[in-house]
Amino acid sequence: MSTKKFMFVNRKAPYGTVYALESLEVVLISAAFEQDVSLAFLDDGVYQITKGQNTEGIGQKNFSSTYKALGDYEIKKLYVEKESLEERGLTPDDLMDLVWEDEDDDWAEKPSIILVDRAEMADVMAEQEVTLSF
Amino acid sequence: MKFTIMINEGPYQHQSSDSALQFARAVLAQGHEIFRVFFYHDGVYNGTRLSVPPADDRQLQKEWSELAIEHNLDLVLCIAAAQRRGIMDADEAKRQGLDADNIIEGFRISGLGQLIEGGIQSDRTIVFGD
Repeated sequence: MSTKKFMFVNRKAPYGTVYALESLEVVLISAAFEQDVSLAFLDDGVYQITKGQNTEGIGQKNFSSTYKALGDYEIKKLYVEKESLEERGLTPDDLMDLVWEDEDDDWAEKPSIILVDRAEMADVMAEQEVTLSF
Repeated sequence: MKFTIMINEGPYQHQSSDSALQFARAVLAQGHEIFRVFFYHDGVYNGTRLSVPPADDRQLQKEWSELAIEHNLDLVLCIAAAQRRGIMDADEAKRQGLDADNIIEGFRISGLGQLIEGGIQSDRTIVFGD
């Protein structure tokens, strides 16, 4: 089966609606198809990868640790829009340390998060062949 | 051109299903091919046969069902999303020990891989969602 550039665009907060959780399920399945996968986090979607999520008070599953496993699935391009962070009073330090291991570099851990501004995000999106928006 | 269509919202609550239905009809009218229509999130509610809207309203599930039968379309409900929301075919209902199924003719239930495959096999993947 051929390889295409897939992008999953995450625009909604992790809780409140099911979009983020079910988006992650699609992302994990896409890894099994060995596609060239990227994720985009913008608007409230940037909250999906913030540190220290705690869902005890709302009775929902805290699935934030799943993002840490993405590197193990060879999903290592997580584009995060700077403006979306700034508009919400967030900085890159508020995000989880998401990494992948580079087997060509003695399994060195490398960051998966790629900070881009809005114009750069548009460029990355324009390169994609299949864009699924959640 | 070959299309895969993804529908992420339930009928009536959101226009996603209406817009996708109109898009699908336009695609077929122009002689293009629909490789697959994939229903995800609350979109799986488009596949129930137990919907009874008021008589003067459209019946979206039936419209999808009829379009699928007429054009031999592959309408797929995501199994994980469908199980959460109580949309069952006969096999799945039996497997889960449930007393009823509710899928409408023309749809089938399968995995998320069907969506990814649709993206790979189609020239365009169009998402109808919020």
